[in-house]
Amino acid sequence: MKLKQLVAIALATIMPLSSAFAEFPEKSVSYVIPFGPGGESDITARHQQSFFKDKFGQDLVISYKPGGGGAVGWSQLNGIKGDGHTIMGINLPHIVIKPLQKDVGFKTDEITGVYMFHYTPDALVVNQDSPFQSLQDVIDYAKENPGKLTLSGSGKGTANHLAQIRFDGMAGIKTTYVAFKGTGKAVAALLGDQVKAEWGYTSVGAKHEGKVRLLAVAMEERHPKFPAVPTFKELGFDLVSGAYRGIAVPKSTPEDVRVKLSQMIGEINADPAFRQRMENDGMALLDVDYAGMDAFMEKMTAIYTQAAREAGVIK
Amino acid sequence: MPGIEYLLEALTPLNIMLALGGVIAGTVIGSLPGLTATMAVAVLVPITFTMAPASALILMGAIYTGAIYGGAYAAILLNTPGTPSAIATTFDGFPMARRGDGDLAVTLACLASVSGGLVGSIFLLMLAPPLADVALAFGPVEYFWLAVFGLTLISALSENNLLKGLIGACFGLLLSCVGVAEISADIRFTFGSQTLLGGIETVSALIGLYCIPVLIDLVATPDKHLKVTHQARGFRFLEALAISWKYKLGLLRSSVIGTLVGILPGAGGSIAGLVAYSEARRVSKRSEHFGKGEPEGVLATESANNATVGGGFIPTLVLGIPGTPPDAVILGALLIQGLRTGPNLFTGEGSIVYTFIYGLFLATLLMLPVGLVIGRYAYKTIITVPKAMLVPTVAFMTLIGTYSIRNNISDVIVMITLGVVGWVLNRFGFSPSPIVLGLILGSIAEQGFVQAWTIGAAGEDLTGMFFGRPISLAIIAFILLSLFYPLIRKHWLGSKMGKVRAD
Repeated sequence: MKLKQLVAIALATIMPLSSAFAEFPEKSVSYVIPFGPGGESDITARHQQSFFKDKFGQDLVISYKPGGGGAVGWSQLNGIKGDGHTIMGINLPHIVIKPLQKDVGFKTDEITGVYMFHYTPDALVVNQDSPFQSLQDVIDYAKENPGKLTLSGSGKGTANHLAQIRFDGMAGIKTTYVAFKGTGKAVAALLGDQVKAEWGYTSVGAKHEGKVRLLAVAMEERHPKFPAVPTFKELGFDLVSGAYRGIAVPKSTPEDVRVKLSQMIGEINADPAFRQRMENDGMALLDVDYAGMDAFMEKMTAIYTQAAREAGVIK
Repeated sequence: MPGIEYLLEALTPLNIMLALGGVIAGTVIGSLPGLTATMAVAVLVPITFTMAPASALILMGAIYTGAIYGGAYAAILLNTPGTPSAIATTFDGFPMARRGDGDLAVTLACLASVSGGLVGSIFLLMLAPPLADVALAFGPVEYFWLAVFGLTLISALSENNLLKGLIGACFGLLLSCVGVAEISADIRFTFGSQTLLGGIETVSALIGLYCIPVLIDLVATPDKHLKVTHQARGFRFLEALAISWKYKLGLLRSSVIGTLVGILPGAGGSIAGLVAYSEARRVSKRSEHFGKGEPEGVLATESANNATVGGGFIPTLVLGIPGTPPDAVILGALLIQGLRTGPNLFTGEGSIVYTFIYGLFLATLLMLPVGLVIGRYAYKTIITVPKAMLVPTVAFMTLIGTYSIRNNISDVIVMITLGVVGWVLNRFGFSPSPIVLGLILGSIAEQGFVQAWTIGAAGEDLTGMFFGRPISLAIIAFILLSLFYPLIRKHWLGSKMGKVRAD
């Protein structure tokens, strides 16, 4: 504690900081999740919560503004006072797909992201006792029985749904996607043998260890928690995708506060204890800071728009 | 009893205090329309980080239990179900309060909640892993039929006015389509308005349709809100106990229904209460008194909705799939604590699970004294506060409560609009319950239907999907029974009468 204080004082004296820089955060920061409590967006925010307090001395207060699959929260984001003390969770592909479908009260480029801190990689999940032992088994079955392979997943126009469409295209197969309300119900449908497989996430494998198997994960490299599960890339399919989560601020937030927030989230992300927790839950960390946001969003928007168009989710 | 060795661990002074505090806080929060169990538990999550997992669970479980019971106060005294679970409580609870038996109704609700809670906890303790499989056997098509079954209850609930009941239900079904569709992500019936984008939130619709007409009537008529026949009759505990004892089999039946429905993720307390209510009415010898202040009706719903607490924990703890919305929050808190749910939780982490289950028993038992005292206080407040104070206070609470559900002003606008619409419809003999049933069951039915159709079409066997699964067939049988019961009963009574005459 003493050492921390000393360092803080030393830093404060030697570093020529702008006033906003030195002050922020001067009080607790409100962290709005545009979904209900208990979901993955909530859980990851809760993970950040305790580290925020430890590192920056202020509380991170989580509240919820659910509705319209996140649209209610995001459409109100820019109406909030932009002093950095209110931040909001953002999710991909949601903030790209929703405005393309219809007028949902916000446009993708009106959302000022400051950091994308993690993603939950898509994964092809089957029951422990499923006859499918490998991704190839699934492809073979789907080729012999076009359209008969049923896969549950969370929602339409979501990470799961877009992964299904992109993979079907890459593998040259036709499968049937069954949308459920949330990952919990999609997993229940899999466990209850209502569907043959699930387009889920690596976190499903972590949460239901022993009952489900992952056949492949949509990551650049294998997930540290599942070293035996291959990536789609290894198997010849260029599929790296998932539900990306980040933090955005109201448009009126000053530039220096945006940079500061971006650094703070990055600092939490760099903490080994935080990484350990997140990876244990089956998530993958990601470091896209404020400077890198535009390029990242451009890349993802192109990928999602194409997949959503193929899926008929958007026109 | 499994895990009996952990009983003592549940009874540490800290855990007893947490259970007591949780039940008190939960009851108070649940009694305020709009403040839900989900919200109460979510607010607590950061506090539980520093606690031992079992204590954290006990605290959250106690709040949850208390909040479900607390919902009965507003239902009985204000005709406003504070949570969807308490919809059916208004049917007989409010008429009882109207005729001066509000204190009795509150005490009955307390006894029923405790009984239901205990039955639910017993199932959780003894049969959790096998019962979790029941949740998995319920596929999309079963949810579809279950929702249709729920809708058929409208015919039972609006006996004298079937047509108006059905029109109300259709209105509710339309309301359930508003906003971003849950599974197809289509945007429907928003007419370009941002207000409607988030859809019609169930609890704000409940507050609007039930509470606003009561408030308008209070202002519009000179009568007192509740009739007070005589003052200070105590808790009327013995009277309530005698009534509960008389209907002990009914209590048990409603509690089992509540537990079983609670196990199904996505069904929840509202369906449990309604199914238990209509079953109680069907079986009862006094069925014609239901809806006019029949104590048995209050017992049925209140025992069923508290039984969903224990039932809902079964899939949550065994499968890691939340049975109810508050369970989702509790599950999240467990994950953050580093706990993994699953059958292993019962064997590997027995100390946590069994300590928690015994803690839930403890919290449920504590609900008896706590509920009686708070219930009496709530009743006294409502009957003694002058109308000029009561109306603005309740009106203010409905605004705050509605806003706080999703921190969204749109919900408040929707609530007030529906309230005025509901009041007008009431004038023409449409009751709010069919509308709300349509709203709640509409989305369950729609999702189940679309999913079942998709899966059935993929397997090229739609008929088999909808009419070939044993659980579906059983539910369909219940639907037919519930639809034609009034006819069957008439016929049966008629032939019996005929026989008597022939003799």
